[in-house]
Amino acid sequence: MPCHGGVGRRREAAETRRDAEFAAFVAGAGGRLLHSATLLTGDPAAAERLLLPTLAAVHAGWLRMRGEDPYELARRELFRRFVHRPWWRRPHGGVLDGLSPQERTVVTLRFFEGVAEEQAAAQLGLPEDRVRAIAARATAALRSAAPRPNRPAPLGATRAVPR
Amino acid sequence: MSPPNRRDDEIRRMLDTPHPLLPAGLAAAATARGHRILRRRRAVHAALWTLLLAAVVTAIVLAALMWPSSPPPAEPGTWWPPQN
Repeated sequence: MPCHGGVGRRREAAETRRDAEFAAFVAGAGGRLLHSATLLTGDPAAAERLLLPTLAAVHAGWLRMRGEDPYELARRELFRRFVHRPWWRRPHGGVLDGLSPQERTVVTLRFFEGVAEEQAAAQLGLPEDRVRAIAARATAALRSAAPRPNRPAPLGATRAVPR
Repeated sequence: MSPPNRRDDEIRRMLDTPHPLLPAGLAAAATARGHRILRRRRAVHAALWTLLLAAVVTAIVLAALMWPSSPPPAEPGTWWPPQN
């Protein structure tokens, strides 16, 4: 690396600061991202395999960010990578067992990450109505599949909330 | 946008299970991979710029060597300026 006095030193300092900021970011947001990846893939090992290249891409683009939210960037990258996975790597298991990859994406983005419908639709490249329909179908499937001890009780009864 | 919904809250509660523990070496591994991506990107950029520079130099040299010489003006037979 040719060192032109101040330029090389400044770049080195920027890279050192980038590494420190990235480590702090992963320590803070990594758990939530890993949980998202686990919900998507349904398998902790696969989630880790999905998260590692995501974080590497975020690290590689760290110095190009101009006041953006790194968490937003990482989430977009994570979901983009999950959506573009080949069809033979279907997710199965986990909390969202039985849902299609698209339903997993929409449910995780809407209900775990708390992204609004319009933004989820824009991020996934789907019409908003479609996202709403997918979310409704997936929630119905989840609610019918989930074991609910308080279901037979009438609506006004006290709800025993587990956890 | 949509009003708060009891069913959606139920789904949210279902998804919000305790978070898995972050593996210890994940940040270090991601940093190493990121460095590798950057190094590879820098190498590709350097190679492409070198190729472009070489192509430009080659084009200039070839143009200088192979430029067709302008034909010498034909001495006789011109009608202008009238020679007499």
